[in-house]
Amino acid sequence: MNIIAKNIKAAGCETAPVLRERGQREVFCGLTSIVWLHRKIQDAFFLVVGSRTCAHLVQSAAGVMIFAEPRFATAIIDERDLAGLADIDDELDRVVNRLLERRPEIRMLFLVGSCPSEVIKLDLKRAASRLNRQHLPNVRVLNYSGSGIETTFTQGEDACLASLAEDLPKYTGKANLVIAGSLPDAVEDQFTRYLEEMGIDVSFLPGRRSNAMPAIGPNTVFLMAQPFLGDTARVLKEKGAAALQAPFPFGAEGTTLWLKAAATHFGVSDAVFKKVTSAPRQRAELALSKFKKSLGGKSIFFFPDSQLELPLARFASRELDMELVEVGTPYLHTQHMAQELALLPAGTMLSEGQDVDKQLDRCRAARPDITVCGLGLANPLEAEGLTTKWSIELVFSPIHGYEQAGDLAGLFARPIARSERLAV
Amino acid sequence: MQLTLWTYEGPPHIGAMRVATGMMGLHYVLHAPQGDTYADLLFTMIERRDRRPPVTYTTFQARDLGGDTAELFKTSCAAAYERFKPEAMIVGASCTAELIQDDPGGLASTLGLPIPVIALELPAYQKKENWGASETFYRLVRALAKPGTKRAANTCNILGPSALGFRNRDDIVEIKRLLTTLGVEVLVTAPMSASPSDLVKLPEAAFNISLYPEVSDGAARFLEKNFDQKFTKTIPIGVGATRKFLTEVAALAGLDATELIAQEQGRLPWYSKSVDSTYLTGKRVFVFGDATHAMAAALMAKNELAFDVVGIGTYSREFAKSVRELAAELGVEALITDDYLDVEAKVAELQPDLVLGTQMERHIAKRLGVPCAVISAPVHVQDFPARFSPHMGFEGANVIFDTWVHPLMMGLEEHLLHMFRDDFEFNEGAAPSHLGHQKQETAAPGNVVNATLNWLPDAEAELKKIPFFVRKKARRNTETYAANHGVNHITVETLYDAKAHFSK
Repeated sequence: MNIIAKNIKAAGCETAPVLRERGQREVFCGLTSIVWLHRKIQDAFFLVVGSRTCAHLVQSAAGVMIFAEPRFATAIIDERDLAGLADIDDELDRVVNRLLERRPEIRMLFLVGSCPSEVIKLDLKRAASRLNRQHLPNVRVLNYSGSGIETTFTQGEDACLASLAEDLPKYTGKANLVIAGSLPDAVEDQFTRYLEEMGIDVSFLPGRRSNAMPAIGPNTVFLMAQPFLGDTARVLKEKGAAALQAPFPFGAEGTTLWLKAAATHFGVSDAVFKKVTSAPRQRAELALSKFKKSLGGKSIFFFPDSQLELPLARFASRELDMELVEVGTPYLHTQHMAQELALLPAGTMLSEGQDVDKQLDRCRAARPDITVCGLGLANPLEAEGLTTKWSIELVFSPIHGYEQAGDLAGLFARPIARSERLAV
Repeated sequence: MQLTLWTYEGPPHIGAMRVATGMMGLHYVLHAPQGDTYADLLFTMIERRDRRPPVTYTTFQARDLGGDTAELFKTSCAAAYERFKPEAMIVGASCTAELIQDDPGGLASTLGLPIPVIALELPAYQKKENWGASETFYRLVRALAKPGTKRAANTCNILGPSALGFRNRDDIVEIKRLLTTLGVEVLVTAPMSASPSDLVKLPEAAFNISLYPEVSDGAARFLEKNFDQKFTKTIPIGVGATRKFLTEVAALAGLDATELIAQEQGRLPWYSKSVDSTYLTGKRVFVFGDATHAMAAALMAKNELAFDVVGIGTYSREFAKSVRELAAELGVEALITDDYLDVEAKVAELQPDLVLGTQMERHIAKRLGVPCAVISAPVHVQDFPARFSPHMGFEGANVIFDTWVHPLMMGLEEHLLHMFRDDFEFNEGAAPSHLGHQKQETAAPGNVVNATLNWLPDAEAELKKIPFFVRKKARRNTETYAANHGVNHITVETLYDAKAHFSK
């Protein structure tokens, strides 16, 4: 741990200038996060109140129709609603009732606001409380906005979890830990095992079912597993919980520092911490050492997408010896990113926001060995001879924690290996 | 307000993008919030396009709404012209921008750009993708087509193919080949591969071929009315329809198609007559898609494969009348809907032997265990195969024969089933031998590497969390690792030790 602490002081980007751009953004809106949130909360349904564009977006982002009858849908606003020929509240109630009749197993319903619903100022909060009067205790109705005018991609999860957090019961027990941010179940189970072995009582936001959500109170501390949860953190703090600061749990180092933050707070001895983490940590380091050979010295360019860019760049730089050309992020929360910024190599080119054509010009000029970008840019860049990694896969795949460190490196290594192997 | 799980069509501006992306030298400036840029991936991923669609999105945000979104539109429009230097531009709004009423057309005209700028009004809360494509193409033709010297009677334009169109890329190649053989000269193919300056000379051709009426009908009617260009009504899908199409084209061009039709017919007629196809007789099929493809498929199924069409439907409400007429001829009721759940209910009720539908029906059919072939948009990546595979013309009929017959039981195999109907292996529940999709996943005691290995319950539970498609591999790797390392009791640790060992 001391070695790491020294490194933190030696490097650092805390005061580095950030290129802030405002132009065309090539990013998803927050509705896209429904694609993984509906898999995570197994008895929740996500009803977007929006336009045909919203329905088409969610369906296209989901890789087009994976599930025969998914737990998400769109209530498409039509001209009758806009012209006032139909009472839009009655229409929404009708749609919700039809939906809940069809899906009696649903226990939690999110009304998800969109660009059109925000622009016409449709009050989904009021709609949710009206529907709650009708459907509680069978179904709890919550609301949040995933609109593109307010949220970028993963911020949809932030808005969703913030709405969940508002609604959480008060926790009055002894000190507990809540991990915020949706994680694949297998990763959650790994973290639970480590923390329980250290004697820490842990729960997760979101829980896997509507009746398995954590309680929050002044004895709660929380640790963010995802870097994009600004609003969720604010709500948790308002409910009395305290935030633990740590880098995010990517790679052997990131996972160690993240777990260490919890261990330190709960007074876990170094010996116990080492006993719990040393075997998986060594496995992670072993897995990463194999990738270092192929990825070390390779240059990497991040287009802004999920806000995972800074932690991933830190991982690529420190644990894979990759060279950071540009690290773009849709938003830079300097407070939540403080520890990540400190670990980035001095002089890293950071950019916030986007002007996609100018950023593409920079990327073409730099010709990085690998470019992490959205699906709309990947094939065009490949056609120009650049190797790419779809950023969306970094959000959908299990990449957190020790046992997934090798998989995360593999996501960067595979496209490079492929372009090296192809002889056509 | 309509509850929608899956949509057959996107919003109308997606239709405009299909036209713009198919063309060259045209740029689309779309007033839209961030997020609407998802549309790019439809073209770059599904169709594997090697460049971004020629679309600039203004990507306004909430903070812009209080300020000046109109100014943002003008800045974006001017910057797009400077960067891309298109021959012409289309401008418009997506659903959200329609609500803030900035008037992209009016704003763009104040910029005084030295190129034609065509404003699109695509009402996002009433209309859908195909309407948007048709309207955009019509507006472009109306704005750009200029009277010119008429060329010879055998010159035509091909109207309708667009980006993301179902098999458009290959249909055009096959149709052009047939037209060349017939002696017809193609002046312009549009929107796909045409530039704005190509649209200017559309009126010079003697007549038009309207290949995809969902996109081309409006433009074809405009050109007929204003430039006296007749257009074809037959869609050349199937051997019979291709012959009829060639005869129709020949009449318009003052040529004779008799010789071509006598020489060429593809393999379908013989394949359909050969004895192996006997088993196709009377297979019950349900057809659903856009109107053009659904109607063509139904006729082909009835006349060229001797199937029984037990249902036909479309999501193209604009063409509902024609579909209803054909349904009446076939003695069935037409299903006109864009509600995926209605279609699913219909398939479940009819229990057909084969579904000919879109990617949506492929999912419905998969869920209900019914064979399916895709005949229409909405499309998925597999509808853009690497090989040449048109659905139009004689080659298209060959492709369709293979595509529809493949999901069914092979002829001889079905005869064997019939002969040995109660046999323990050959029975009606058996899946076609070349398709494994109904096979049960067997518990695999035979796969165990070493019988002395013992999976502890925790490890077994952990294994179940691994996605099913790699679970077998994980089990095998773990057992191999355990066997090689003398581990008899497999724990969660062993599972991850093995994972680390085999990762590379």
